[in-house]
Amino acid sequence: MKKIGVFICHCGVNIKDTVDVERLTEELADYPGVVYLENYMFMCSDPGQNLIKKAIAEHKLDGIVVAACSPTLHESTFQNAIEEVDINKYQMEIANIREQCSWVHNVKEDATLKAKLIIKSAIEKLRLNESLIPVSAPLTKRVLIIGGGITGIQAALDIADGGYEVILVEKKPSIGGHMIQLSETFPTLDCSQCILTPKMVQAGKNKNITLYANSEVESIEGFMGNFTAKIIRKPQYVDPDKCTMCDDCTSACPVVVPDEYNEGLSFRKAIYVPFPQAIPSSYTIDMEHCLGFEPIACGECREACEPDAINYDVKTEEISEKIGAVIIATGYDLYPVENMAEYGYGKYPDVLIGLQFERILSATGPTGGVMLRPSDGTVPKNIVFIQCSGSRDPERHLSHCSKICCMYTLKHAKLYKHKVPDGQSYIFYIDIRSGGKRYEEFIQQAVSEEGIIYIRGKVAKVYKEGDKMIVHGMDTLTGKKMEIETDLVVLSQGIVPSEGARQLAKSLKLSTDEAGFLIEAHPKLRPLESLQSGFYLAGAAQGPKDIPDAVAQASGAAAKVLALMANDEISHEPVIAYVDDNKCSGCGICIGICPYGARVLENGIAIVNDVLCEGCGACISACPSGASQQRNLTDDQINNMIKVILG
Amino acid sequence: MSNFEPKIVCFLCKWCTYSGADLDGTSRLKYPPNGVVIKTMCSSRIDPEHILYAFQQGTDGVFIGGCHPGDCHYQTGNYKTQRRVLLLQKLLQQMGINFERLQLEWISASEGKKYANKIIEFTDKIRELGPVSRMDGKEDIE
Repeated sequence: MKKIGVFICHCGVNIKDTVDVERLTEELADYPGVVYLENYMFMCSDPGQNLIKKAIAEHKLDGIVVAACSPTLHESTFQNAIEEVDINKYQMEIANIREQCSWVHNVKEDATLKAKLIIKSAIEKLRLNESLIPVSAPLTKRVLIIGGGITGIQAALDIADGGYEVILVEKKPSIGGHMIQLSETFPTLDCSQCILTPKMVQAGKNKNITLYANSEVESIEGFMGNFTAKIIRKPQYVDPDKCTMCDDCTSACPVVVPDEYNEGLSFRKAIYVPFPQAIPSSYTIDMEHCLGFEPIACGECREACEPDAINYDVKTEEISEKIGAVIIATGYDLYPVENMAEYGYGKYPDVLIGLQFERILSATGPTGGVMLRPSDGTVPKNIVFIQCSGSRDPERHLSHCSKICCMYTLKHAKLYKHKVPDGQSYIFYIDIRSGGKRYEEFIQQAVSEEGIIYIRGKVAKVYKEGDKMIVHGMDTLTGKKMEIETDLVVLSQGIVPSEGARQLAKSLKLSTDEAGFLIEAHPKLRPLESLQSGFYLAGAAQGPKDIPDAVAQASGAAAKVLALMANDEISHEPVIAYVDDNKCSGCGICIGICPYGARVLENGIAIVNDVLCEGCGACISACPSGASQQRNLTDDQINNMIKVILG
Repeated sequence: MSNFEPKIVCFLCKWCTYSGADLDGTSRLKYPPNGVVIKTMCSSRIDPEHILYAFQQGTDGVFIGGCHPGDCHYQTGNYKTQRRVLLLQKLLQQMGINFERLQLEWISASEGKKYANKIIEFTDKIRELGPVSRMDGKEDIE
């Protein structure tokens, strides 16, 4: 019989206060197979691990059960520890007596009894565990990055600099994301475009980066190290090699539509360059608004094009790329402003959202950087900013804090003051969250030197009277109702994951939180990885983030990917299905049930492809003859666990 | 019957409900200690025979937690589980075991609160049904 050691962790007081560890140590001593027991304050600490290693050597243990926190935290810690003393890492089982016992129960007697059952079931599983060797598989040293905003660009550049090939996929016709729309950035007031465009150019020119703009990832199949991505590349209809950027085509185009880059504050043609610094630098025909060319309804742009760069016959391409890892950097969108009817957005042209105001402030914006309000083109003499528009309102809107709004609102107010020195701005706020480097100083300076007035409270209603906007609100510090007559209202709209990101997460099987942001493998210790191996997260796709955080996360994710790429091959979890030849009748039920095509019939027996099998176990419960089993989670192991649980 | 504390076996998928249950711990939510968890890679690993074996060994209830439809880490495992559970509930009923003693719930990694609530509800329901017996099944599942 396997000689088993049981190590019970106190986790300081986290386990010990609710679970009687001394009693467990005594009572489990005569459990079959258990030859050594020990409890200790912190098993995960160095002394704790040494205690385990010493016990393995002294008592010639074949395997151990560590009763401690969830396996998500320290499974690998203890696996590595026993490997140091030449015990196969699969001869270790975690009994999760913290997250699923001591932290969720109050009564010590109950928690202790439950912990005992958890430990016994772990012992039963361990008893039949085999020593396994990870399956090794080849590694494709190419990386897919989804999203070409600042996060995706930074990650792409870092990985390309490391010498590996990057496929950068951007949904829009140009990379640059939201950052290219910004005027200046807090807290340094750097010109956003000036700091971003050099990076965009680098990304466009780097030999290691293949850029697919106007493209979307449809599916990713395979496993870590060996994925195949299917990318749908929509045609731009303009050959960038022939195009001279002369702009004759846009003058010829008769279709006028709101310009996305300027958030609808100006207009563009159906054939257009998204913005002057676009990468790839080329025109695109927006098929949604073009009069059509099947048959050709207008054709003005092609006739106007002297270098003959326009080709209507280009079709949507389906590109297949082999990659080893994926970074998701799909970014954010603003919370749909249609949901905020009380603020009159859409009804009054002088109610704007933050990104629109950003465009008015920008030198490349619809007013050329002159501060004018949309309704009548006059200079607004005062502005009311409404923070937390849609954020921190779990009853009606988003429950989360969008993190960047406090800072960008203040930046707006400051830039406004620089453009209209005699102007006055008011900011309605719930709290001011300025927890970044030099953020608080940025705020204090604005309040003391620039005369920006902060009003703590919420706005109930915005309406128009004459050519003024009236903002009704409450100052919650004085308890008084407020009514401010203003020229312009700007909503600091909350942040949600970008459109389509939720769908992408769903098709890639990445878990998301209630708001749709991607969930990291561990909120503190593995913030850059998804639980799905081979997928890494960066930027606002994981949660609201400012530029410094997004860039830091991008480089972090890139470092993770570079570490992976430095291997010659990857190891694949060996906890997979196998077949008992003697029992298999060759019925083939498992073949149809396997989602990975890992099962094939060979000489009348259904075998398992070790590299393709992901170890879900669906084929095992489907096997009518019990021939299919899962390594280290066989039917016998499950039944033995059930038996002791019900003891 | 008042002192009856049911024994419950919980099969939880590692990717969703098991993490959801961990979240209860980190959030310090409380629920009754009657259920002990067996972690599987996917809810589709749970062979109906294991559930029957659990009842044979005297469990008062079996709780299965899997990923929401469309969210299965292994694409379609949860659909397989749902089909198996629905069928098995009918079979249990025919064997004279109340089908409500077997419950399947979709609980994601972020739904700690849902896991706690479902375990509280399920434990209460099993307490009400009393110790498992071959005679507690209703006549007809419909």
